[in-house]
Amino acid sequence: MLNYIKLIVLGLITLFALIAANFARDLAYLVNALIVAAAAGGVFLWVLRGIDEPVVKRDLSGEYMDGVVRAGVIATAGWGVVGFLVGVIIAFQLAFPVLNFEWAQGYLNFGRLRPLHTSAVIFAFGGNALIATSFYVVQRTSAARLWGGNLAWFVFWGYQLVIVLAATGYLLGATQSKEYAEPEWYVDWWLTIVWLAYLAVFMGTLVKRKEPHIYVANWFYLSFIITVAMLHVVNNLSIPVSLLGSKSVQVFSGVQDAMVQWWYGHNAVGFFLTAGFLGMMYYFVPKQAERPVFSYKLSIIHFWALIFIYIWAGPHHLHYTALPDWASTLGMVFSIVLWMPSWGGMINGLMTLSGAWDKLRTDPIIRMMVISVGFYGMSTFEGPMMSIRAVNSLSHYTDWTIGHVHSGALGWNGMITFGALYFLVPKLWNRERLYSLSLVSWHFWLATIGIILYAAAMWVTGIMEGLMWREVDANGFLVNSFADTVAAKFPMYVVRGLGGVMFLTGAIIMCYNLWMTVKSAPAVKSAHAAVPAE
Amino acid sequence: MAKQPQKSTKKPDVDTTGHSWDGIEEFNNPLPRWWLWTFYATIFWAVLYTIAYPAWPGIKAATPGLLGWSTRANVQTEIEAAEAANAQINTQLASVELTAIADDPELRGYATSAGAAVFRTWCAQCHGSGAAGVAASGYPNLLDDDWLWGGDIEAIHTTIAHGIRNEEDPDARWSQMPAFGDILASEEIDQVVNYVMSLSGTPQDASLVEAGATVYADNCASCHMDDGTGDRAQGAPNLTDAIWLYGGSHETLMQTVTYSRFGVMPSWTNRLSEAEIRAVATYVHQLGGGE
Repeated sequence: MLNYIKLIVLGLITLFALIAANFARDLAYLVNALIVAAAAGGVFLWVLRGIDEPVVKRDLSGEYMDGVVRAGVIATAGWGVVGFLVGVIIAFQLAFPVLNFEWAQGYLNFGRLRPLHTSAVIFAFGGNALIATSFYVVQRTSAARLWGGNLAWFVFWGYQLVIVLAATGYLLGATQSKEYAEPEWYVDWWLTIVWLAYLAVFMGTLVKRKEPHIYVANWFYLSFIITVAMLHVVNNLSIPVSLLGSKSVQVFSGVQDAMVQWWYGHNAVGFFLTAGFLGMMYYFVPKQAERPVFSYKLSIIHFWALIFIYIWAGPHHLHYTALPDWASTLGMVFSIVLWMPSWGGMINGLMTLSGAWDKLRTDPIIRMMVISVGFYGMSTFEGPMMSIRAVNSLSHYTDWTIGHVHSGALGWNGMITFGALYFLVPKLWNRERLYSLSLVSWHFWLATIGIILYAAAMWVTGIMEGLMWREVDANGFLVNSFADTVAAKFPMYVVRGLGGVMFLTGAIIMCYNLWMTVKSAPAVKSAHAAVPAE
Repeated sequence: MAKQPQKSTKKPDVDTTGHSWDGIEEFNNPLPRWWLWTFYATIFWAVLYTIAYPAWPGIKAATPGLLGWSTRANVQTEIEAAEAANAQINTQLASVELTAIADDPELRGYATSAGAAVFRTWCAQCHGSGAAGVAASGYPNLLDDDWLWGGDIEAIHTTIAHGIRNEEDPDARWSQMPAFGDILASEEIDQVVNYVMSLSGTPQDASLVEAGATVYADNCASCHMDDGTGDRAQGAPNLTDAIWLYGGSHETLMQTVTYSRFGVMPSWTNRLSEAEIRAVATYVHQLGGGE
């Protein structure tokens, strides 16, 4: 019976999507409607083919649901390479504008590719990493199978659809022009549905856990899921111009819109890229180091301090703008107070290794995790520093910001994700070990040197252009034109691009290593069953 | 802490909380003292800072802070201070004879640096930040001594103040070359283009030059003069100097003669002060080509 309902719903979605495509008012909407029709139609056929298959009832409650985690690992690695590649392309487009080809204007020029890069790395790479690892971690630390049956698969495929709709929309010109929230209204609606399903799966699993307590990693994952839901809904409040077109109009306007956008934007960093990834850190670092977490007290204090304080720090993105001074002050003050709560995670990560420091010599995965936590500590010091108004007046709008973001994103988010993938793949595919540890070392060094080239180039060019912008002569007149500062940045832009190439190369080596692990590393006997609490 | 690597099952000197999740335990270590005190210090500082600066929102307004600090007031003060510091010399710059600016070293130095700032803000978009223009695009190079409307300080000043062929300023410099596609046959245009090319270099087809000279004399000489040296009074370019505003290839010249050109420069009278216009005129005049 359920299958028939599914068929009806999927059939209707396909039909309506095709009708919408027929009456589409713009190209992006047309293509997105066709993608939705193809996706719904594909699932329709898949359900139809299985409709008369005899259902084999097997009790799976004693087994972890790892298929969706495997899919998530593949998606993470794949989207990662795509995101890094687009990043390398746009880095060179900035250094060599001729790469904004005449024939590709309006599709593949910097302006169209830039949101594709940011969304691909944050939401496709980072998002899939978070969903996959949270599904893995919540099952292990709750000793329970994922709640909701195939709902986890709905989350996975629904999220991939969000990514494809967003990416095609960007290239064809559908954008809300809100940083990290570019997708238009119908993608936002769909993401809301997928995200609530994600919340349900995660909460459901926690509720039916067999452990008496909820492990710290799950606090972070849960705060990330709930807060992102709230941020996403509020920042995307908009009214579609037409149900048959991609354009929508924001509910907020002027400085209110800017404030909501950066409340969202900063907490996308805070809860997506910090809290969520701290959840990852709290599981994979102690697992890989085979050491207990350094301090339970610290984890609980820094968790509550972090999630309470982070949410107020957004206004520091709007210093010296139309934003009232009081809001700017509060944003700055909360950012400074946020310093220690952020560092709590770094201390817990690094100190967990005390007594196991020798592993840094022998285990490149630990090395990756350590440098990731190191970059986390550096970025979470740099961030509060840059939020200080006096510093911000120099750093704002310069490449320093880009360097800051990338030392966090490549160093912290990228490296901890790579570490988690190296940990997960042998476990998920029942392999004794990775195909090659020396390839992990290659990845480690390529990525690390790449990040350093990137970040150092952006610090130099950022501070340089900040100083050039404010340089005045004896009479108080500006010395440099904007174009002078652009010309002066050229060598650093090339270095930045090379850093990106190294980082991308490392990720490709990782994909090869993981692929060979699945394909040819020796297998171990399956150990899937959920272990109940001691 | 223990020196040798430990498995999570072994207990070091600090106890764990007693729970184990998938083999992960947690030590019951206290909060690091330096961490806690730094955290307290930032909170203490935060309280003081929000008392000193505008911070806490109320029903109608936010607390202004004890220091009376305000970004808008600060920038206003800075602007006023800068204006006050330069007020005297600006007045002088706006009132002296234009030709006298270059003779007064102090005035000239001030006008040049002020004019450079104006140029980089308002003029660089078209003329380039180095004032070299954009080759073959209609944005003239201001570094050379080839002037369409005159290169002495007064002519430059007029051009900047009123612009060229704009609708907004009745005093804008104005001239318009006819689109000869409506007047001449395309063979005649080809002939005259070859003639014009021969004035400064090599024609594409030397056999057409002679016929082109006739076409030129009948149609072009009234503005560009018999010898092709142009007329600054009407902004008619000199055709003999191998400097081309839109490019000097046969193809480009065919385009220019057939369809004409209509480059526009805005009027700056209502956007810049007289002192600023004089400053930027002085800056452009001293770039190398001033007369």
